[in-house]
Amino acid sequence: MNFSGLFHNLGPLTITGLAQGAIIALFALGYTLVYGVLRLINFAHSEVFMVGTFAALYTWGFFGLDQNSPTPSLGGVIGYMLIGLAAAIVVSGATALLVEFVAYRPLRRRNAPPLAFLITAIGASLAISSTVGVFTHQNIKGVPPLIRPATVVHIGNTVITNLQILIIVLALGLMYGLDRFVNHTRLGRGIRAVAQNPDSAALMGVNKGRVISLVFLIGGLMAGIAAVMYVLKIGDTKFDSGFNLGIEAFTAAVLGGIGNLRGALLGGLVLGVAENYVSGVFGTQWHTAGAFVILIVILMFLPTGLLGESLGRARA
Amino acid sequence: MTEPTASEPRATEEATAPATEATTVVPAQTRSGMTAASSLPAVPEAEVKRATVRGWFGRQPWPVRAVFVLIFVVLAYLLPYIGNVPVIGPQIVTQGIDWPSALFDMSYFVLLALGLNVVVGFAGLLDLGYVGFFAVGAYTVALLTSPDSVFNTKLAWLAAVPVAIVVALLSGLILGWPTLRLRGDYLAIVTLGFAEIIRITADSTPNFLRGDRGFGGIPHPPGNKADGSAIFGVRDATPYFWLGLSIIILVILAIRNLDRSRVGRSWLAIREDEEAAEIMGVRTVKFKLWAFAIGAAVGGFGGVMFAGEQGFMNSSTFQLQFSILVLAGVVMGGSGNMAGAILGGALISYIPDRLRGISDPLTHTDLFQWRFALFGVVIIVIMILRPQGIIPSRRRAMELKDRAKEAAPQ
Repeated sequence: MNFSGLFHNLGPLTITGLAQGAIIALFALGYTLVYGVLRLINFAHSEVFMVGTFAALYTWGFFGLDQNSPTPSLGGVIGYMLIGLAAAIVVSGATALLVEFVAYRPLRRRNAPPLAFLITAIGASLAISSTVGVFTHQNIKGVPPLIRPATVVHIGNTVITNLQILIIVLALGLMYGLDRFVNHTRLGRGIRAVAQNPDSAALMGVNKGRVISLVFLIGGLMAGIAAVMYVLKIGDTKFDSGFNLGIEAFTAAVLGGIGNLRGALLGGLVLGVAENYVSGVFGTQWHTAGAFVILIVILMFLPTGLLGESLGRARA
Repeated sequence: MTEPTASEPRATEEATAPATEATTVVPAQTRSGMTAASSLPAVPEAEVKRATVRGWFGRQPWPVRAVFVLIFVVLAYLLPYIGNVPVIGPQIVTQGIDWPSALFDMSYFVLLALGLNVVVGFAGLLDLGYVGFFAVGAYTVALLTSPDSVFNTKLAWLAAVPVAIVVALLSGLILGWPTLRLRGDYLAIVTLGFAEIIRITADSTPNFLRGDRGFGGIPHPPGNKADGSAIFGVRDATPYFWLGLSIIILVILAIRNLDRSRVGRSWLAIREDEEAAEIMGVRTVKFKLWAFAIGAAVGGFGGVMFAGEQGFMNSSTFQLQFSILVLAGVVMGGSGNMAGAILGGALISYIPDRLRGISDPLTHTDLFQWRFALFGVVIIVIMILRPQGIIPSRRRAMELKDRAKEAAPQ
């Protein structure tokens, strides 16, 4: 136990935690959106994220970049970033829609019990991750260093890098945009209506099937962006990278109040920082365990998470 | 997950469509569009006696049923020799792993599925971290018996069994007591966290739970054959399978009695509607704790068996995927129905094992590497074809029909 270490490194631990938390928050959105509308844990969302990391990786590879290539010029970085993001978004979004179409839609038509959805999601997750595992020979794949971490802000021993700023700003911006979208647009109103009462929404002319697809799509897009941020930050990916981070993202969603968009952001950031503090005190191997202990303690006092369940205040 | 999902109300218009798979126990008239009110009362006797295998079985006098059960049990004990049956035998046995070992693996998966079925199927509590109890059982045995243990007690396997089961049961109580107030998915993530905490603890305490290095020299179950050699050796897994099967039968009898007692009725009430049960005087937290503790004890028993057969174990056995696999087995087989849980538990172990050692005709690679991909597809197909599970619980099927006819939730 190293409490003085935590105290001395409070700044750096907080900053790296926030960057990690921002990625987790983007990832968690997919869980929370689908839960808010369908009340089911989209277990396959972790693989939506994972295919995003590989989409970016192989797109950069297609342009001749590998983990040993030098960092391109600023224009090149922006170009490659956009291409990588586009690839990850398209592939992740398409995977999310595919999962919805193959694993959820047939069950919805058959009025299956809630657990059946969880199990088909697990099936989809297994199928996708092990297929990627076979094709990549279960190896860790390195990612080209598009952004070399460079110190931008330096306060005391707290160092903030350009990558951390990019991740945090991007996550906050996307969250703000999504919040506006859900609360202030026609489609967003449809989402909230279906979340609140699917049948009434359908009677009022909301196309329920389309809203559900939209929700999966948005979750997939966010996971794609999170995937690119993740590979830039970590530097590599693997067929099971989604599973482990997915557990954390789902934890973050529950921590913030599942079904609640702002909860996902808050939960992600709190989880990221808390994990870092736990690592600082007890050692890195304990960081997930610490996160779960914090989750259990918080749920004991706030049984529906930090901000409570609600999709855009639809569920009071 | 125990709450009705948003998707269920759809059934109001679709319950009448022929697509409903749950119709195994539903009168034929409902399909042709009866109103909700007239079909709500208890299902008439005539339709329970429909021409299904289970309906036929239920109508036989008890001696006939007993004979059938006995024949079934004897056949189960003869499973290790199924390879000798002409034509179908060689199709069934696994190729890449010897058949008795595959059967033993199936037996502890079935045991776990039975235990998890109490928690998920009977009491309706979603547990995503069931492997945690399996780990508690296995580690308790390892700590008490292995020469690598810090305690250095080196007990015999049999002596460690009751201790391990009690410790697993206590761990269920300890986890359940603070968390069972949580509903549905919150409980799911907390149980998942519990299993992860145990695995991480095992990984991060190199001297106590020994992480990757694990425990060696865990003794096998006792007993010698007539010629003096040990019954439970390392060569042949058949005795382990028989041991596992015997334990399974005992566990089935115990759980069946419990399910038909006051405890089982309370579980049913809690699963159906927790608030209503509470109002009716069912002490929900107490009975949920019961379910958790019993599930944990059975899971711990599975761990005890596993440790006794393997002789060695380390933290890599207790991955989260393991619990998810068992849960998939329970729901795939038919949540809330022990026959379903047994079938599901056996399948989740059998399917990947059966794919071992088979060469893919296209690429000439071992199909084994595709086992989980194929398995995932199989799970999806089974759930889409039979959303209630392969052998659905009749009671649950009726509940779901019933619920589908209610007005939209909230």
